[in-house]
Amino acid sequence: MANYSTNEFRSGLKVMLDGDPCSILENEFVKPGKGQAFNRVKLRNLKTGRVLEKTFKSGEALEGADVMDMDMQYLYNDGDFWYFMEPESFEQHQANENAVGDALQWLSEQDICVVTLYNGAPLSVVPPNHVELEIVETDPGLRGDTAQGGSKPAKLVTGATVKVPLFLDQGDVIKVDTRTGEYQGRVK
Amino acid sequence: MTNWQPGASLAMLRYRAKLLADLRKFFSQHGVNEVDVPLLGRSTVTDSNIESIAANTLGGSGYLQTSPEYFMKRLLAAGTGDIYCLGKAFRNGEAGQRHNPEFTLLEWYRCGWDEHQLMGEVADLISQIYTANGQSPVAVHRGSYADYFAEMLAVDPHAATLDQLQQLAVAAGSHSWAGETRANCLDLLFSVQVEPRLPQGLVFVYDYPACQSALAQTTTNSQGHLVSRRFEAFLNGMELANGYFELRDGAEQGQRFAADIRARSAANKPVVALDNHLIAALQQGLPSCAGVALGVDRLLMQLQGADSIAQVMPFSWDRC
Repeated sequence: MANYSTNEFRSGLKVMLDGDPCSILENEFVKPGKGQAFNRVKLRNLKTGRVLEKTFKSGEALEGADVMDMDMQYLYNDGDFWYFMEPESFEQHQANENAVGDALQWLSEQDICVVTLYNGAPLSVVPPNHVELEIVETDPGLRGDTAQGGSKPAKLVTGATVKVPLFLDQGDVIKVDTRTGEYQGRVK
Repeated sequence: MTNWQPGASLAMLRYRAKLLADLRKFFSQHGVNEVDVPLLGRSTVTDSNIESIAANTLGGSGYLQTSPEYFMKRLLAAGTGDIYCLGKAFRNGEAGQRHNPEFTLLEWYRCGWDEHQLMGEVADLISQIYTANGQSPVAVHRGSYADYFAEMLAVDPHAATLDQLQQLAVAAGSHSWAGETRANCLDLLFSVQVEPRLPQGLVFVYDYPACQSALAQTTTNSQGHLVSRRFEAFLNGMELANGYFELRDGAEQGQRFAADIRARSAANKPVVALDNHLIAALQQGLPSCAGVALGVDRLLMQLQGADSIAQVMPFSWDRC
């Protein structure tokens, strides 16, 4: 991979830092009037998701990371791995539990996800922003209580638990924002 | 579409015009004469951390000046007395929220004064500018470099070993600081760990490490460490001004320039010839004086609460 100097650091650039692929979030030029110039850089470690802040001497370079985001369809899970397919080439990729991470509680077969490939293998999976899922477990619905504004936990078919309004029942399908884990509305 | 419009609002341009007028008024009231020295010179600064923009003319090499300092010192040696310069300065490769390759610098010299007297005048100037702008004057704090450094990092910057400073710099910056020089490690630590936590208002930091003296005299502080008679002013945590009790020894200045040139050569940076005019002027005799340079764009940023230097200048580099 090419090397990138601090003055080429842009938001979204993928670089290697201490052996891990990272995505640059922010890059700020700092220079005391009479001193060494440097760049304060915020990066997200793509393996752990942690945000780091590092300061490099201006002009220093980091190696680019072979990282690519790709839309893929989720196929199935065989107990050990989760399988994703590139829609154009039908090429399949197997992701381990680490890569799937928190996405697994939202995944339904045939969902289109963003899979981040690192050196050709899935590194992380981002589920669709909105998913529609069936409630499989919750306290019985309180009819006529739609105006109260209270909430209760409901377990969804994929395993996630979200807070829902009191009137909802087992078997209802709801829309959820996967970025916040919040209930968005009843689908039917 | 081509973005031909200025980056500053029309209101900001009026504030800017008023600031320039208020600055000139202050010096007029205090009996300091304006000088407009060349922006284009045959020689330039040797400092290994300041890059000049080359501008060749008449078959010879020239440079846009990074500050009016050398020309002003030649005027002082010629006997002008107290002078100020309000104009442009250029630094190659500096661009960011607080930097533009061309910027407006206010520099002035007071004969017979030391750096502590000059800090007092900087505080008076800032107070008068805030008042003229309808704002209450900012709080003023003074402390030594070692005091602020020790307060934030629990280390004496003058006594710490290079190894200690490198370890702190690696923790504060990244692994790439492991082999850095004392001056570079101190710059990183001060900028990243100390500067953001300085008190609000106008903060004067004096007695800089001797390795960061540039054109200032050195002295021994009360703990017996060699320190530089250099100060910096920070306004709400942003570096605003840099001042010296000026070095007058032409031979020592020549040695410092030669050391700069060696450092440039070692770092594969462009090597510039030292300014013999300045050395000759110092040998002739610079009056005892203190001088300071203040970033006018940054002062306007603080006065008007702007986040970026591009918001306070008519056209920043990306619009030029």
